[in-house]
Amino acid sequence: MLLGKSQIDPGFLASTARASGQDTLSHCYQCGKCTAGCPTAFAMDYKPNQIIRLLQLGHKEKALGSRAIWVCAGCFTCTTRCPCGIDIAQVMDNLRIVARQEGRTGQGKRAVLFNELFLRSVRRNGRVFETGVVAAFNLKIGKPLHDTELARFMLKGRKLRFVPVRIRKTAEMAGLFAKRKKG
Amino acid sequence: MSRIGVFICWCGSNIGGLLNCPAIAEEAASFPGVVFSTDYKYLCSDPGQKMIVEAVSGYRLDRVVVASCSPRLHEETFREMLKRAGLNPYCLEMANLREHCSWVHQHAQEAAQRKAVDLVRRAVAKAALLEPLSPNRIPVTKRCLVIGGGIAGIQAALDVADAGLEVVLVERAPTIGGNMVKLDKTFPTFDCSACISAPKMAAVAKHPKVKLYTYAQVEEITGYVGNFQARIRQRARFVDHTKCTGCGTCWTRCPTSVPDEFNEGLGKRAAIYIPFPQAVPNKPVIDATNCRQFAEGKCGVCEKLCPAGAIDYTQKDEIIEVEVGAVVVATGFGLFPWEKVYGEYGYGRYPDVITGMGFERLVTAAGPTSGKILRPSDGKEPKTVVFIQCIGSRDEAKGKEYCSRVCCMYTAKHAHQVLEKILDARVYVFYIDMRTFGKGYEEFYRRVQDEGVVYIRGRVSKVFQEGSKLVVKGADTLLGEQVEIAAEMVVLATGVVAAEGAHDVARMIGISVDKDGFFQEAHPKLRPVETHTGGVFLAGACQAPKDIPDTVAQASGAAGKVCALLSKDDLETDPLVSHVNNALCTGCLACQGVCPYRAIQPVTITERLPGRPPRERVVARVNEGLCQGCGACTVACPPGAVDLSGFTNEQLLAEVDAFCLCARTR
Repeated sequence: MLLGKSQIDPGFLASTARASGQDTLSHCYQCGKCTAGCPTAFAMDYKPNQIIRLLQLGHKEKALGSRAIWVCAGCFTCTTRCPCGIDIAQVMDNLRIVARQEGRTGQGKRAVLFNELFLRSVRRNGRVFETGVVAAFNLKIGKPLHDTELARFMLKGRKLRFVPVRIRKTAEMAGLFAKRKKG
Repeated sequence: MSRIGVFICWCGSNIGGLLNCPAIAEEAASFPGVVFSTDYKYLCSDPGQKMIVEAVSGYRLDRVVVASCSPRLHEETFREMLKRAGLNPYCLEMANLREHCSWVHQHAQEAAQRKAVDLVRRAVAKAALLEPLSPNRIPVTKRCLVIGGGIAGIQAALDVADAGLEVVLVERAPTIGGNMVKLDKTFPTFDCSACISAPKMAAVAKHPKVKLYTYAQVEEITGYVGNFQARIRQRARFVDHTKCTGCGTCWTRCPTSVPDEFNEGLGKRAAIYIPFPQAVPNKPVIDATNCRQFAEGKCGVCEKLCPAGAIDYTQKDEIIEVEVGAVVVATGFGLFPWEKVYGEYGYGRYPDVITGMGFERLVTAAGPTSGKILRPSDGKEPKTVVFIQCIGSRDEAKGKEYCSRVCCMYTAKHAHQVLEKILDARVYVFYIDMRTFGKGYEEFYRRVQDEGVVYIRGRVSKVFQEGSKLVVKGADTLLGEQVEIAAEMVVLATGVVAAEGAHDVARMIGISVDKDGFFQEAHPKLRPVETHTGGVFLAGACQAPKDIPDTVAQASGAAGKVCALLSKDDLETDPLVSHVNNALCTGCLACQGVCPYRAIQPVTITERLPGRPPRERVVARVNEGLCQGCGACTVACPPGAVDLSGFTNEQLLAEVDAFCLCARTR
C-alpha cells in the first residue's frame, strides 16, 4: 500500500465525515467490532473496519471502488456496536452516494440496477411489487431464472404476489419523486 | 512614587527566538515609574537572578517586573530572589511572554511584539500599586487522617506512623485490605497478593501510632490545612469486639446464606461474617439487612452460641470526632458495571461470562472453588476460555474514553493461569492495543504468548449462548477476517472506574473530581499527590487507574508530603487571600455562596458609631487558612467589601487602564 501523494486524497476523510455527519471517524482504533458482527462481511473485499482505515489514510479510489460498500446490507449492527460512536452504516451509505455521483459504480452495478428498479416500482405502485422487481432485474442481467429456486418458499410464505397491490393515491407518490428530482 | 525595575527574559529561543527582547526593554524604560529596564538570556539562572539582585540595590528598586514564563513555573523562584535582594517577596509582578505570547503567536511576529509590550505595560501598571504582604502563622495538629484502608491507605498510614506521627485510618468495609486482597497473584512476578498484603494489614492494625476504624465512614470534614476536624461514624457491628475472640462459632452456625460480595457473588456467606479468613480485624460483623434476628425478630442463634457473650443486637452507630492536621484520601476504585450496558455480551445473563475480578476469586486458593477454575453454571472445567479486553475502557459509546491501564496485564496473567491449571486448555485474548507499560510487563506478555495464549487483535461484537457453549463472534483485524469461537467460559476485563460514592467524598472534603469521577490532582505532572485544597493529599487509584507498584509509590509520596507538612509546629499562610471590609459589608453573604473552599463564615460584630448606641450586626469573615485566593467572593460582593490581597480591585483596574491605553494609542 503506497501512501504517496498521487495515490491519496487527504481531504476525503474530512469530506466523508462532513457528509455523513460523523465527527468521530478519526477516533477509530481498528478494534474490528464492526467487522466482528457484520452479517455480510464474508462477501466483502475490504471489511468494514478496513473501509474506515482506507478513509483515514485518504484512499478514496480504493474505498469507492470497493465491493464492500455495495455488499453492505445497512443492518446497522456495526453502528450499534461501535465503541467510538461512528455510524458506519451511514458512512457506507455516503460512500455509495459519492460513488454514484462520480459514476464509479463498477463493483455495484447490480446493486445500482436493483435500487433503480426498486424505486421505479415504488413510484408506480406506492409500494414495492417484489415479483415485478425480480422479473425486471433478472431480465436486465440476462439471467431470467436467477434465484428462482427461492420463489417457491416465498410463494408458500405468501411473500410474493402475481399482481401489484397499489396504494390509493399513487399520484401523491409520483409527486414526492418529482419533488426529489427537482432537488 | 515607586521605583520599578523591568527585566525581560529571552528564555533561550523560547521567547527570544520570536520577540525582540531588547526592543521591549527599551520601550518599557519609558513606562511611568520605571527606573531601570533590561533583558537577559535566562533570568531564572543563577547569573540572571544575581543581575536582578544587583540592580535592586544599584538602582534602589522597590518593585520588580519579570517578563518571562508563566508565574506557575517561576513565581516562587523570583519571590525567593526578592527576599535575598532585601525586598518584600510580594513586590514582584510577572508578565507571561512565553505561554501567553511567543508560544502561541509564532506566525504573527509583529503583532506578538506589540502584545508583549502591552503585557509588560500592564505588569508595570500593577507593580506600581503592589503592597508588601506578609504571611500569617497558624498552628498545626500533628495527626493524620487516612480515608480508605486498601493498599494505598495502609501504605500511607504505615509510612506516616513510622515517622512518629499519629494516624487515624478509616475503612468503610468490615476489613482493611481493599481490592488488593481480593486478587490471587500479582503480575508480572506472581507474588501472592494476599501473602504480600496480609503482613502490611497486620502491621498497620498493630502499630501503636495507628488508630484503626473499620466498618466506619468519615461523615464530615471541616477546618483547613493543619487544623481539620473530622466526624467519623462507626457503624454498629452488633458484635462487641472487645469481648469477641474471633473463634468462628457464630458464622459457621448462622442459618442465613447470601451471595458473598467479597467473592464477587460466586460464593455464599452467612449474615454474621468476616469477609475472608485473614481479615483485619479478624472479628465478625452482622449484616443487619440479611439477618433473621433483625428482619423477623427471631433467630438469635449467634447470641445463644457465642462463648464470649459478644453479640449485642442493640448496638448503635457511634460518632467519633478527631482533630487532624492532614488528610490522605485513598478511597480506591470500582470496576465498570458492565451488566448495565454491554447487551452484546449478555447483560450478565450468561453465568459463564464472568469478570476479571470474578476470575481472581475463582483462581485463588482461598476462593469459593478452592482455586479450581470451574464454570459457575455447571461446575465443569472449561477447556476453551476467551478473554475480552477493554470492557468499559476506551469505549466512548459506553461513556469511558480512558485506558484503565491494568487490564492488559491482569488478562495476560489470567491467561497464563488458565494454561497453568487446565492442561490442554485453549486460551484466546481479544485486544485492541496491548499496553505493557511497567517494569517487566512486556517480557511477561511475550512469555504468555510463548506459552500458547492466542492473541487476536479485535473487539468482540457479540457473545451468545448455544447449548452449553458460548459463541464469541469477533474479528481478527490483522488478518481482516471474522472469527468465531465456541468458548466454555468468557472473562471480561472490566475497566477501572471511580469508587462508589467518590463524588460524595469529594464534596465532603472539598476537593474536585475530573470528568471521569477520579479525584483531581493539583498538577498532572509536578503535583500528582496534592489536591487544590491545602493539607489534603491523594494516594492510589482514587486519583486515576493505577497498578499496585504505582499505588504504593504514590501512597508513600503522599505520606512524605504529610510528614513534611506535620513536621512544622506552625504554618505560614499564603497572604494572597481575601479580606472583608466590615464597614462596607452588609452581611448578605453572597460571597459565602460562591466560595468553593467554604472559607467564608458569617460572624456577628458589635458596631460602635459615634453618637449612636452600639449595635450587633452580621458580616462575612474569611478564614485565611481555607482561602485559596481564587477571588470569586470579590466579584460576588455587591458593595465591593471583599478585596483580594495581591489582586486588589485597584490593581486590576490599573491593569485594565494600561490595556485601554494601549488600545487608544494604536
